[in-house]
Amino acid sequence: MNLSVRLAWTQTLNLWRSGALRVLVFSLVLAVAAITSTGFFTQRVETSLNQQGGLLLGGDLAVLSDHEIPDRFLKRAMNQGIATVKTYEFASMVVFGETNQLSEIKAVAAGFPLRGDLTIGKGPTDIGQVVKTTPNLGDVWLEPRLANLLNVKIGDKVEVGERQLAVSAILIREPSRGGDMFGFAPRLMMNAADLPSTKLIQYGSRVKYQLLLASSPQKVNQYSAQTKPELGRGEKIQDVRNARPEIKSALEKAQQFLGLSAMVSVILAMAAMLLSSLPYIKQTLDAFALMRCFGASKNVVLQVLAIQTLLIAFFSALLGVAFGYIGQLGLAKLAGSLFLEALPPASAMPVLLGIITSVAMMFAVVLPHAWQMRNLTAMNILRRDTLTQPVSAQAKFLPAIVVMVAMIFWQARDIKLAYSTILALSLLCIAIVGISYLLVGLAYRLFNLSTQRPMLNDIKIGVLGLKRRFGLSTLQMIGFSMGLMVLMLLALIRGDLIRNWQASLPADAPNRFVINIQPAQIAGVKQFFEQQHIKGGTIFPMVRGRLIRQNGKDLGKTQWQDERAKRLAERDFNLSWAAQMQSDNKLLSGRWWTSQEYGKPYLSIEQDLAKTLGIKLGDQLDFDVAGTPLTLTVTSLRKVEWDTMRANFFAVAPPGVLEGFSANYISSFHLPLGADAPMNQLIRTYPNLTVIDVAALMQQVRGIMQKMSSAIEYVFIFSLIAGMAVLYSALVATRQERVTEATLMRVFGASRWQVSVAYISEFASIGIIAAVVATVAANLLAYYLSAYVLDIPFQFNLTLALSAMLGAAILIPLAAWLVLRGFLNVAPRQLLNSI
Amino acid sequence: MQQSPIIQAQRLTYEFISHDNHIRVLENLNLSIFAGEQVAIIGSSGSGKSTLLSLLAGLDVPSSGSVQILNKSFSSLDEDGRAAIRASSMGFVFQSFQLLPSLTALENVMLPLQLKNHPHAKELSSGALNKVGLSARVLHYPKQLSGGEQQRVAIARAFATQPAILFADEPTGNLDNATGQVIIELLFKMNAEAGTTLVLVTHDAVLANRCQRQLKLVNGVLNEVVTA
Ligand SMILES: Nc1ncnc2c1ncn2[C@@H]1O[C@H](COP(=O)(O)OP(=O)(O)O)[C@@H](O)[C@H]1O
Ligand SMILES: [Mg+2]
Repeated sequence: MNLSVRLAWTQTLNLWRSGALRVLVFSLVLAVAAITSTGFFTQRVETSLNQQGGLLLGGDLAVLSDHEIPDRFLKRAMNQGIATVKTYEFASMVVFGETNQLSEIKAVAAGFPLRGDLTIGKGPTDIGQVVKTTPNLGDVWLEPRLANLLNVKIGDKVEVGERQLAVSAILIREPSRGGDMFGFAPRLMMNAADLPSTKLIQYGSRVKYQLLLASSPQKVNQYSAQTKPELGRGEKIQDVRNARPEIKSALEKAQQFLGLSAMVSVILAMAAMLLSSLPYIKQTLDAFALMRCFGASKNVVLQVLAIQTLLIAFFSALLGVAFGYIGQLGLAKLAGSLFLEALPPASAMPVLLGIITSVAMMFAVVLPHAWQMRNLTAMNILRRDTLTQPVSAQAKFLPAIVVMVAMIFWQARDIKLAYSTILALSLLCIAIVGISYLLVGLAYRLFNLSTQRPMLNDIKIGVLGLKRRFGLSTLQMIGFSMGLMVLMLLALIRGDLIRNWQASLPADAPNRFVINIQPAQIAGVKQFFEQQHIKGGTIFPMVRGRLIRQNGKDLGKTQWQDERAKRLAERDFNLSWAAQMQSDNKLLSGRWWTSQEYGKPYLSIEQDLAKTLGIKLGDQLDFDVAGTPLTLTVTSLRKVEWDTMRANFFAVAPPGVLEGFSANYISSFHLPLGADAPMNQLIRTYPNLTVIDVAALMQQVRGIMQKMSSAIEYVFIFSLIAGMAVLYSALVATRQERVTEATLMRVFGASRWQVSVAYISEFASIGIIAAVVATVAANLLAYYLSAYVLDIPFQFNLTLALSAMLGAAILIPLAAWLVLRGFLNVAPRQLLNSI
Repeated sequence: MQQSPIIQAQRLTYEFISHDNHIRVLENLNLSIFAGEQVAIIGSSGSGKSTLLSLLAGLDVPSSGSVQILNKSFSSLDEDGRAAIRASSMGFVFQSFQLLPSLTALENVMLPLQLKNHPHAKELSSGALNKVGLSARVLHYPKQLSGGEQQRVAIARAFATQPAILFADEPTGNLDNATGQVIIELLFKMNAEAGTTLVLVTHDAVLANRCQRQLKLVNGVLNEVVTA
């Protein structure tokens, strides 16, 4: 064993000196560096994104209840070192002098908010300052709207229950303000310690009790997992995802993208390793053949091989992890300015991943050869009988492919993503083998037609190079193509994702909602739009109707399984009418009405609601609209993007159906953040209106999406670098063969120009085939992932496709020529090992 | 009859620097070879025979001195100019065969012709393989051929372009005696048929004896060996 270690060591050093090992180590190090740094970085970004989301919850996790939070939940959190704070929310009247106003009161204990901050100011139009505290004892903070409605100033005292509390600040921004957009009354925030003396909470009061928690992701996840099964009636657990639907989908998509990037860097790294292992394997086998000749036993040779493999894999991995960590530091620094709070520290997981990748991949590459050598005599090896042994070329790659598939599944963390990627990669391989086979056949046939143009002849020689190294060229093409494909995939998805986010919240998206507009006030509101130069302001009619029968079946008697369905069925529906479907809705089944069908008793229903209530296309729904029965037939089901923060309706009828009923209107429009004066004026004119201002909230959501977009860009750039490594190792993998061949051609009198033309055309064919196949595969996969995994609209990007193809067709041959060029100026004699 | 030499080397010097030492392989070497001659260059291993051959074929450049082939001076030509002369007038047979492993025997023979865009590359190549007795092995790859067979493919490749000069560097060096003998016979037979000028590097006295002229390389200088 000692001998084997020594042999392996010297062998490795020799290989290093001869150069065969350098490319492999280079790509191993790069592979591990890419995997670990993307691993480190995506993990940190993911944690940070979750915390960003946490700002909107005020913590990482919330336990909600309709009664006082049970003590065991609090104790568990304290035992596990998780920070906690309690809040109470309820509706109550706030009185100032003669005026009173229904408010949404939030009493917060010291420590709130655990995540994020609050902005308070001295007046409703103040820019304010960012604080991380709660109102002092005896103080309250009011939202600008409430301050306006009550007409209070700082220092005034308002009545809250049985207490007089001093208004000490205007609460300008409260990130954790959420809930039903159309439901909320203005906010009053007070200290929880003042709550008992208000005597507002009594038996039977409707209060939302909340226990906010914040800690590391692992602790929070663990707490959530332990607590969920113990939740009693009226208790639930919320994290960012289910608390804030508008952030939820963006966050999930960002995480899926990071998973995708991590997977892509694994694929790239593996492809690079596989390609650069070829020259190494060749040299190693030579050395082992000699060892066998000099009398080393089979076992010694295998041992040496194993130790050598481990040595290379381990040291490369260590180096790679170090580089990966440094790279990630740079990345985090670069990205740091984009994240409000510092990125959380990196964890050790990627280190393990890097080492496992390196070792697994090296063994996967070496194992088939070792297996083969096992049965060979020294003479076999010397005579290079290896090549005609039963292990076929494809089988040699089998273990590597198995490792690769396993890594893809591990990294993708999404079954659909993993299997569709693997499917696309297999299709890509098949396409490449098929196309290069066809092309070689074609070139061969062309060769028989002699040409008068010497240049064409050189090109033919080059293209025939594909045949001369069919296996190698194909492998090279697959390497290039895989690299290109996954990079294009990332580019496509990244574009779609960012575009989708931007589209979901355009800069001029409506950020003010006015509800309860009476028919007589419509003209006034329209005038207001004109005065304020508001374009795209909309006014929707709303008729309240109660659903009573479905297909003649009385719903009053139905026992609703679902809590939500019960609530919905008990509640009045907001029925609206429209000629056109709203642009952000998507028709799922049935069809929208034509102008001939105006006035027909049709109804379009939102799909989730339809599903909850069990409503199907063609159902007859009986409504009770202010005592008048109304029967409507469901003619279409729509999908509505609720996370766009636009006014949307569950049930819409054609024009001419609901006009006879007394309606109430809702308007949405855009005004810049902080444009409160015109709003106040509107309310003064029509005191019955309720204004909902989501400008600040939208600004915040937009900021979070911006950060996610940046994170995605950074990770993408990182994958690009890993991609370069693959392309480089694909080139270097066959360099030796190509140099020998070029030299021999020069011995036979080929000029450097001829050799260059031949090589450039060979690589141009390789580049073009690889790029075309990669483009097709990337677009197919991107389409599938967009539609079925990420749920975003896919957009074919012609510019990207063309530039990728053109780029590959130019850059690959150029790079190949640059690799070869140095050798073209060396005298042929110096390049032939022995003549 | 005063004929100008087909190959002429004057004051040829070749040196290289190794560990700060100037090592001189060839020193002020002069040589003239005339068309149709068969010249053997002999000398012990490491004496610089291969170096001399590669200078004569323009595969390397001398430190000083000049080489003229077919009245053209290599020193006035660049790498591509020398390549053009190789393409038009030279053939090579090497000790280590130098076949491309990824090409069949036929494709290997065709390669130099294809580089010249020869319209009958295939016919000429199969003809040449036929002459060396390998018509049954045209589609075989080098690794499927024995050493002797590989060298025969190399000889077919060398003659297929009908070169004016054939350079052979220890063509039997990697072969056993009997096979070497067969290769030599073949080489001389083909050479005689084509009337090619032959420059043969060898350390084998018997082989050298079959050539009209023998030149011995000692300490970087060539001496004519006077044969009985
Ligand atoms: N460029 C070079 N660099 C280092 N050594 C060289 C170079 N060219 C030739 N040599 C050395 O010059 C000597 C002559 O080589 P060579 O011509 O191959 O000898 P021969 O063919 O007679 O055996 C050898 O020792 C060889 O290693
Ligand atoms: Mg020699």
